[in-house]
Amino acid sequence: MENLQYLFAAYTAIWVILFLYISRLHRRERFLASELEALRAETTATAQPPAETA
Amino acid sequence: MIARMLLPSLVFASMCAALYAVFIYVPTEKEMGVVQRIFYFHVPAAISAFIAFFLVFVGSIQYLRTRTELWDRLARCAAELGVLFSVIVLVTGPLWARPIWGVYWHWEPRLTSMLILFTIYLAYLMVRSYGQPTPQTQRFAAVLGILGFVNVPLVYYSVHLWSPEQQLHPRNVALQPEMQLTLYICFAAIFLLFWYLLCRCLRLERIADEITALRRHRTMPGASTN
Repeated sequence: MENLQYLFAAYTAIWVILFLYISRLHRRERFLASELEALRAETTATAQPPAETA
Repeated sequence: MIARMLLPSLVFASMCAALYAVFIYVPTEKEMGVVQRIFYFHVPAAISAFIAFFLVFVGSIQYLRTRTELWDRLARCAAELGVLFSVIVLVTGPLWARPIWGVYWHWEPRLTSMLILFTIYLAYLMVRSYGQPTPQTQRFAAVLGILGFVNVPLVYYSVHLWSPEQQLHPRNVALQPEMQLTLYICFAAIFLLFWYLLCRCLRLERIADEITALRRHRTMPGASTN
């Protein structure tokens, strides 16, 4: 079992790189979803005519 | 819907199968020993990077022809994934090379051309990140995406283009049937992962484009939100 440390390092690197990328995608997804929701709500609010006061 | 439910399950199952094949099923290679097992993820990652850069090439040509946002989005996401898989190749390669060649890095044709390819698409991503989201930036990036692809066949055929004395990579690799099967399983797992990440990235870029369109619509109410 010579050079086991290189094998361990290579597969650790693969999973760390993939994990970092997927967590970046996940963070961006959450950020964009909340931003889109806020923008849609804002657009709907400005499109509606103001309610008449008695 | 497929991308959200079925694809992650397939990626997970195929990755489990790939790891089982790499660490338990496949016999240890006699000359290189246990470190040869890096090969089963290193090679599929390299091929996935090439596929990603091919998608950048196709997406960029189609964007310049049609000016459709979908093609630009495909090029953007594929470039990101191409760089991701290139990083995996460039990290696992030296870790495999150190015990076999005695050095982490050697300026031989395949390694050097792969590094150049990586830096070209890193530059592409920097253009996309730091440039304004305007059609001019999209056109510039598309041209870079097309020109950068010229390097892909150069990397792939570098072992045949340069003399054997100048390189450390072998021209042909003979594999035992178990090793071949393991490699195919790893190819399937990495390709499924690639497909899943591409779907997710495309979805995100579509949302980002929708936000840009909504903002434009707010500032110029007559503008189209599509």
